[in-house]
Amino acid sequence: MANSKANSSRPLSPHLQVYRPQITSILSITHRMTGIALTGGAVLFCYWITSATYGAETFASAQAVMGSWFGQLVLWGMVFSLFFHLGNGVRHLGWDVGWGYELDKLRISGWLTIIFAVAMTVLTLVIAYSAAGGG
Amino acid sequence: MEMRSHLGRVRGLGSSNQGIQRWWMQRLTGVALVPLCLWFVFSVVGLAGADLATVTDWVGRHFNPVLLILFIFCIFHHGQLGLQEVIEDYVHAESVKVTSLILVKFGAVLLGASSAFAVIRLTFGG
Repeated sequence: MANSKANSSRPLSPHLQVYRPQITSILSITHRMTGIALTGGAVLFCYWITSATYGAETFASAQAVMGSWFGQLVLWGMVFSLFFHLGNGVRHLGWDVGWGYELDKLRISGWLTIIFAVAMTVLTLVIAYSAAGGG
Repeated sequence: MEMRSHLGRVRGLGSSNQGIQRWWMQRLTGVALVPLCLWFVFSVVGLAGADLATVTDWVGRHFNPVLLILFIFCIFHHGQLGLQEVIEDYVHAESVKVTSLILVKFGAVLLGASSAFAVIRLTFGG
């Protein structure tokens, strides 16, 4: 495997792109993509919390970056990614204990994950902007 | 007396059960992150646009610094395990793979330690 040159002439089995996208495969790759995105969120969190140790002005500028329209867009992407990854992560834990491998259960838990992620994101949005509007 | 070589003896026995450690830590930090993330998101939502004094007060209040440090450990540990999995799956050139793995591991420790230290400084003031 390390020496790919020796194997380059061998035929390859059909890969991902020959399959019709299905909820199972879409959610699987979304889990990875949101996971990668969230590591960016961890970097952002590090920037935010460390900037607080540099004094009020530095922190105010960090808060302004987060509060800009682009910052808010990124943060909402993070919130959705987090709730999706969390929901689908719990789905993974279910599989780890042997639950939910049947096709119908896979579809139901998949849709539940999507509903959970969207609902929690909307809930967070409502809390965020009602808190900001109220105070 | 066993006359076989070390290699001959271990061949075919499968893994030494070390590989499970990564899988287990990924699940363990994942389970811990369920409540920690819910707590974090719904706490931080209220801190949008807040000034330094308000945030410092929140960081140091009651049990928050402990939860924050646990949260930091879990996100960076879970995150680097996930990135390692992705890199090992998609990056096949050995030099690029090893370099990116080292960068991910060092980066996670550096950012995790910085974040945790920031929490400690904000808690004790300094």
